Amino acid sequence: MIEVRRRAEGVSTWLPFARRRAVRFLVSLWVLVTAAFLMIHLIPGDPVRESLGLAAPPDVVASRRAALGLDDPLLVQYWRYLTGLFRGDLGTSLTTNTPVSDLIGDRLPATVQLAVLAFLFVIVVAVPVGVVMAVLTKGGRRRGGELAFTSSSVVLAAIPEFLLAVGLVSLLAVTLNLFPVAGNDAPGSWVLPVLALAIGPAAVLARIVRVELLSVLGNDFVRTARAKRLPARLVYLRHALPNAVTATLTLGGMLLASLVAGTVLVENVFAWPGLGSTIVGSIQQKDYPTVQGIVLVYGAGVLLVNLVVDVVLALLDPRSTIREA
Amino acid sequence: MRAALRSPVGLASAVLLAVLVLLAVFAPLLWGDRAAAIDTDSLQQGPSADHLLGTDQLGRDIFHRVLVATRLTIGLALLATLIGVTTGLVLGSVPSVLPRWAARVVTSAVNIAVAFPGLLLALFFAVIFGTGTIGAVLAIAFAIAPSFARLTQTLTAAVSGRDFIKAARVCGVGRFRLLVRHILPNIAEPLVINATLAAGSALTAFAGLSFLGIGVQAPSYDWGRLLGEGLQRIYISPAPALGPAIAVVLAGLAFNLFGEAAASAAGGRQQVRGRAVARHDSTVEEPDEGLLTVRNLHVSFPGGITPVRGVSFTVHNGEMIGVVGESGSGKSLTALAVSRLVEHPGTVTADRLDFDGKPLRTTSDRDLGTKLAMVFQDPMTSFNPTRRIGSQLAEVSEVHQGLSRKEAVRKAVDRLRAVRIPEPERRVKQYPHEFSGGMRQRAMIAMGLMGEPQLVIADEPTTALDVTVQREVLKLLARIRAERTAAVLLISHDITVVAQTCDRVLVMYAGRIVEELPTDELFTAARHPYTTALLAAVPDLDTDREAPLAVIPGRPPEPGEIARGCPFAPRCPLAEDRCREEEPELTEMSDGHRVACWKSEKELTLAAAGGAR
Repeated sequence: MIEVRRRAEGVSTWLPFARRRAVRFLVSLWVLVTAAFLMIHLIPGDPVRESLGLAAPPDVVASRRAALGLDDPLLVQYWRYLTGLFRGDLGTSLTTNTPVSDLIGDRLPATVQLAVLAFLFVIVVAVPVGVVMAVLTKGGRRRGGELAFTSSSVVLAAIPEFLLAVGLVSLLAVTLNLFPVAGNDAPGSWVLPVLALAIGPAAVLARIVRVELLSVLGNDFVRTARAKRLPARLVYLRHALPNAVTATLTLGGMLLASLVAGTVLVENVFAWPGLGSTIVGSIQQKDYPTVQGIVLVYGAGVLLVNLVVDVVLALLDPRSTIREA
Repeated sequence: MRAALRSPVGLASAVLLAVLVLLAVFAPLLWGDRAAAIDTDSLQQGPSADHLLGTDQLGRDIFHRVLVATRLTIGLALLATLIGVTTGLVLGSVPSVLPRWAARVVTSAVNIAVAFPGLLLALFFAVIFGTGTIGAVLAIAFAIAPSFARLTQTLTAAVSGRDFIKAARVCGVGRFRLLVRHILPNIAEPLVINATLAAGSALTAFAGLSFLGIGVQAPSYDWGRLLGEGLQRIYISPAPALGPAIAVVLAGLAFNLFGEAAASAAGGRQQVRGRAVARHDSTVEEPDEGLLTVRNLHVSFPGGITPVRGVSFTVHNGEMIGVVGESGSGKSLTALAVSRLVEHPGTVTADRLDFDGKPLRTTSDRDLGTKLAMVFQDPMTSFNPTRRIGSQLAEVSEVHQGLSRKEAVRKAVDRLRAVRIPEPERRVKQYPHEFSGGMRQRAMIAMGLMGEPQLVIADEPTTALDVTVQREVLKLLARIRAERTAAVLLISHDITVVAQTCDRVLVMYAGRIVEELPTDELFTAARHPYTTALLAAVPDLDTDREAPLAVIPGRPPEPGEIARGCPFAPRCPLAEDRCREEEPELTEMSDGHRVACWKSEKELTLAAAGGAR
């Protein structure tokens, strides 16, 4: 009897949450796919003509159009695009004539590794720094330290990642010769791209962790924890920090999403053989199927990050399942 | 916005912005020719006195190119921001005038778009609009638009709930007019601030696109393009890349910092500055009298605010003592001080502050954690919402009594049963939000019982509960005191609550105890004019229900505004000159009855008899 009721209570908040979240994910995915499909058709003029150049003979353009199926009615193309996606078919590159899915499979791992490493770096650095700064500056203590921390994190956060990358290359690679300038062959070549991607988000997150933790420390339940005479470690890490997680994680998800996008720029600075350097080249060469495929992968990655963040949030903070989407 | 100039950061960023505007206007006029001058004799040179940042592949001076590029860079960033903000504003405010289904479509489209990082959106639009300046402007504008639309929606929703909007709606103001006349002007400030921040990110995003080669195309050049050209030869010379990079960073910072300064000026953030003063007063030796001995307790805050001013009392073993007073009388701070919970920047000093025969200052956390139990006012907020009730109870025994998690949880179940919580085995696994208010407060008391409490300090334990639950909690406290011979210090603003349950009453006013007496004398022998006024304000069965409720005229002084004399004098019907000049000490009137008043016992008795009943 007790078991049954407990399960019923668990289900009552979880199920609607899971359903709502799944619907949102699927709708967003559908919008993304449709947008990626429409992208080619929204381009003014003829994408094939754009791609092959003005000098290309008309019959080549026409046959390429036919091969890509661009002469069929829009809905037929849409249907073919959707069914192709289910088979893992993302079309064929206009420049190399190879399947886009092969290209993506080839380049995706380097980008994912870069983004994941950078994100781990952000978490490992920002959370402890934020916690320590909150503890040191609570109740208006150490104004000087607070000012130094806040202003340096504002400045670091305001520097876009590709400029940070240029600065790091010039200082650590060219002047001090500590790390390679580009590529991803040696282990040392990971350091600069990861730093360039991670420093800005780490500064933002550390600042948020500090502010959130400070506001949590003003809560009644922290006073209760102190009234229980728990050691400071438990008060901060067990009682205060988990309550700062909601805001931290929400922002962390946004940071991870923007970090995924940031790989585009950083990969171009470091000639990193990932999706980011590929998409830029493809845009310049007007290789639209490749651009389409990579946009889809990046977009799906962002949606997946958001989904994971929401689920983790729900696990850590049971109240967030009740909150309206 | 003007207030932003008062902060050093705001001023510095405003000066920087002004310099940028001047450069944007005048640099192309002054140095346009130099920046375009091709010099085939000095191709790709490093920095020199002639060329501060060196020259490019056509021998043009990079420093002057950076200066001249200010106009295009800033101009394009502002243009993109303007288009983006306008689009966002329309997308964000249009749902309030559209039919419901259309509004939903727009809102969800914005919600989906906002989940994608701006750079991805910009790339997406860059493909559609083509590589080049116009394509990049539109791409960045449409990348800004969704987050701005979301902001507008949020702000509009917040304003729409306010009374003046409701009033306008009731008066029949049309939806469009409502939006333009009433809603938009009220959300203008945050929108302008965020537009400033958006301009900063548009600037860096534009530099990013140009850097990637999909923004400004040759022969035009902005900072991003100069940066991309410089990066190709960073091995040979870093200056051509670092020059434009620094320009982008400075300009981005100027927009961001000015926006943030404006935001914090608008937010009116106020923080109390504090300093720690640790004062250890000499301990006057007195014979041990009780469980808790408090002599001349002061709690003060920076700025000369002292909400507790010389409180002295004693709690004996097994005694139940009530502390009453209006809010701001210092009773809660007294409770926090005697449980060593006053936090920086508050300072606690006392001639004596002993618990269980030892100075409270030196009592170990283990002793305090097990012998002193606290019950707070709001059981809703006093439990950690992210942890199960069981674990919050159990950790007391784990930390202080060395129990294993399993044993501690078993003890928690037992204690929850002791406070009459049904199905405690199930309840320990629940979160606080699954408990009702009264049950939560009983769980809080059960948490205090995890140790072997000798003193329970309950700070307004019933205020947040409804009346029927109040009785249960009070009964529970009385039962704990009887069964475990624990002393209880019950703090309340409700004199009837205290009268029902306590042995003795301390009446506090403006940070001091003004009267202390046994509860059974409360209705017959209370003498201080404040106590008698409190009692007179309590309605009972004989109260004339037609007459207005009795109140004490005036209000208690704030801790910062306590002046000379008796703080109650301005509200006291008996006040005379001396009361306004000197503050009376708490003096013994009869055994166990202390009063702080200049009036003689006889005068007070007469007044109490005439005035109260």
